[in-house]
Amino acid sequence: MSGQALPLEITDLRTTLFTRRGEMKAVDGLSLSVGAGETVALVGESGCGKSLSALSVMRLLPDPPARIVGGQVKLNGRDIVPLPEEAMLGIRGKEIGMIFQDPISSLNPVTTVEKQIVEVLMTHTELGRGQARVRAHELLELVGMPDAARRLDAYPHQLSGGMCQRVVIAMAIACSPSVLIADEPTTALDVTVQAQVLALLKKLQADAGMAMIFITHDLGVVAETADRVVVMYAGRKVEEASVDELFENPLHPYTVGLIGATPTPGAERAERLADIPGMVPPLNALPQGCAFAPRCKRVMDRCLTEKPALTVPGPGRLVACFAAQGG
Amino acid sequence: MAGELVSPTPALRGSARRTAALRLLRRRLIQAVPLMLGVVIINFCLIQMAPGSFLELMTAENQVSDPATVALLRKTYGLDDPVWMQLLKYIWALLHFDFGFSYRQNMPVIQAIWIHLPATVLLMVSSIALAVSIGVAAGVVASMKVRTFWDSLVSIAAMFFYAAPSFWLGIMMIVLFSVKLGWLPVGGMMKIGGASSGTWAGVLDILRHLILPTLALGLFYAAIYTRVMRSSMLEVAQLDFVRTARAKGLSRNKVTIHHVLRNALLPVVTILGVQMGTVLAGSVVIESVFSWPGVGSLLFDSVSSRNYPVVLSIMVLGSLVVIAANIAVDLIYMWLDPRIEIR
Repeated sequence: MSGQALPLEITDLRTTLFTRRGEMKAVDGLSLSVGAGETVALVGESGCGKSLSALSVMRLLPDPPARIVGGQVKLNGRDIVPLPEEAMLGIRGKEIGMIFQDPISSLNPVTTVEKQIVEVLMTHTELGRGQARVRAHELLELVGMPDAARRLDAYPHQLSGGMCQRVVIAMAIACSPSVLIADEPTTALDVTVQAQVLALLKKLQADAGMAMIFITHDLGVVAETADRVVVMYAGRKVEEASVDELFENPLHPYTVGLIGATPTPGAERAERLADIPGMVPPLNALPQGCAFAPRCKRVMDRCLTEKPALTVPGPGRLVACFAAQGG
Repeated sequence: MAGELVSPTPALRGSARRTAALRLLRRRLIQAVPLMLGVVIINFCLIQMAPGSFLELMTAENQVSDPATVALLRKTYGLDDPVWMQLLKYIWALLHFDFGFSYRQNMPVIQAIWIHLPATVLLMVSSIALAVSIGVAAGVVASMKVRTFWDSLVSIAAMFFYAAPSFWLGIMMIVLFSVKLGWLPVGGMMKIGGASSGTWAGVLDILRHLILPTLALGLFYAAIYTRVMRSSMLEVAQLDFVRTARAKGLSRNKVTIHHVLRNALLPVVTILGVQMGTVLAGSVVIESVFSWPGVGSLLFDSVSSRNYPVVLSIMVLGSLVVIAANIAVDLIYMWLDPRIEIR
C-alpha cells in the first residue's frame, strides 16, 4: 500500500450494546478498508451488525445502549473514534455522507426538499442562502430528479419513494464527501426504481471517486454494485473476497448458504431454494465456538469449542472457518 | 428520469395553500351552523328544566306580590307562551343579534356581556400564552435532559400543577403572595381609586392584578402541555429523519429546534383546540376566586340570580368562541404540517 492514506480504514472495531440482559458484542473486531472509487459491500442477515458498524463509523450510535469500546476508524488517515462530538459535527455530512433505508421517513415531513438540502450546504460550506439554493437545484438535477426546479418546493409526502431517495442522496453528496455509506438504500424501493438508484449511485461514485460502503442483504444488488464483499455473521467478519471470487467460489458455509438462498433467473422452477436452517443466535447467547456452528452443514467438533480466526486462503481473500481451511 | 412515478399531488405553493385554507375555513363555518343551533336548543332546554325562574327571584327581591303586576311581568317576558314557542322566539331573536334584556343590570344582555368581555379575554389569552410557553419550554428541556435531575424536577412540578385544583391553587397563592408576603393584590382587576386604565400606571396596575389569576388558571394547562410536549419530543427524536439530520452534521440543538420541535408541536396544538372550552369554564371558577370582573363572574352571578337571558347568551357566545378557536387551530395545524390538506 502506498503512502497515500485510504479514505476509510476500519481496524478491529468493537461496538458493544450495554443492556439489562448483559453486554452484547454487536460488532466484534471488524476490520475493513475501502479505497477511493471502490465499493465494498457489507452483507449479512438482519442483526449481524452491518448497520451498527455503519453507525459506529458515523459515531451516531444510540448511546445508551451502544458504545464503541475499541478499535480505530481512520478517515483519510485520521482516527475519528477518539474525536469529541464537536469535531464529528464537521465530519458528518462533509467527509462522510450517509444514505438510509427508508427514504420517505428519512426526510423531515414538515420541511421542503430545498430547505433540507440547503441546511447541509449552509452547515458545511461558506455559501450564502441564495447560493445554497442555486446549488440545491443543481444537486437535484445531478441526482436525476425529474422536474427538479418544481420539486424544490415540494414536501416529502408529495414525492415518490424513489424521488425521496434521490433527495437523500443529494444531501449525502452535497459537500463532496470522500466516503459514502449506503445502508440498504434500495431495500424499500420498487425493483425498477432500485435499478435506477443503483445506477445513479455508481455513476456519482465514479465521477467523484468516492469510497463507498454498501450495506445490503440482497446478493443480487451486491453482484451489481460491489468491487469487494465482506460477509458478516453475528458481529464478526466471516469472509472477504472480490465480488467475482465470492460468487464463483464461496468458502464460508454461511456465504454458500446465502448464495444458495438467492433465486437465480435461469434456474429450474422445480429446484427448491436452499435455506439456512435456524436463526442468527442472540448476541448475548453466542455459542462458545464458531457462532455459525449450530446452523452449519459442515460443522466439526472443533467448531463447537474454538472460534475460528481469519485466515488467508488466497490473494485478497479472507475466511474464518475451520472447514474451509481443510480442518 | 423516465419511468419514475410522478407524484400524485403536485407541490402546493403559497397561493394553492391559501386557497386550501380558505376552503377549509368555509367548510368549518358551514358546519358551525347546525352545531350552534344544537347548542342553543340544548342550553335552552337545560334552563327550562332548572328549578326556579328569574321572575320569582325578581318579584321576591323587589317585594312585588300584586298578582296583576306579576301577570303583567309574565306577559312582558313571554313566560305564558308554550316552551317551544319561547324557544322559536329566542332563536328568531338570536338571528337578529338580539340576546334579550337583563333586568339585573337594567341593560341589554349583549351590553352586559360586552362590558365584562375584555377582562375575560385578557385572562384567557394570558393564561393560554403562559400555558403554551411554559409547557413547550419545560417539555423541551425535560426531553433534552431525559432521565436526569431536571427531567424529574419538571415531571414532579407538572404532576403537582396537574393534580392541584385551580381554585385551591388560587386561594393558596392569595394566602402566600397577597396576604403573607403582600407582593400582589388579593383580587379585582384594578386598584380602587387608582390610576385610570388609559395611563401607564393603570396598565401596570392591571398587569399586577393579572399575575395570580393567570398563574392559577394557566399552570394546570402548562402541566398538561409539558407532559404532552415531553413525550412528543421523545417520540419524534426516535424517527428516521432525525437521524438523517444528525448524519448531515447538524448540532444537537439545531436538530432539536429545526427538526424535532416543529413536528412535536402538533399534538400540543391539537389539545389546545380541544381544551379551549375547558379554559373558558375554568375561568368562571378563577374569576370568582379572584373577583375578576369578567364574563365568568357575570355568569356566576347570573346563575345565582336566575338571570337566564344572560346565562343562555354566555353559553351561546362561549360555544361560538370554542368553535372559532377550533377553526383557528385547524388553520394553524395546516400551516405547521403540510401533509394535512383539506378533509
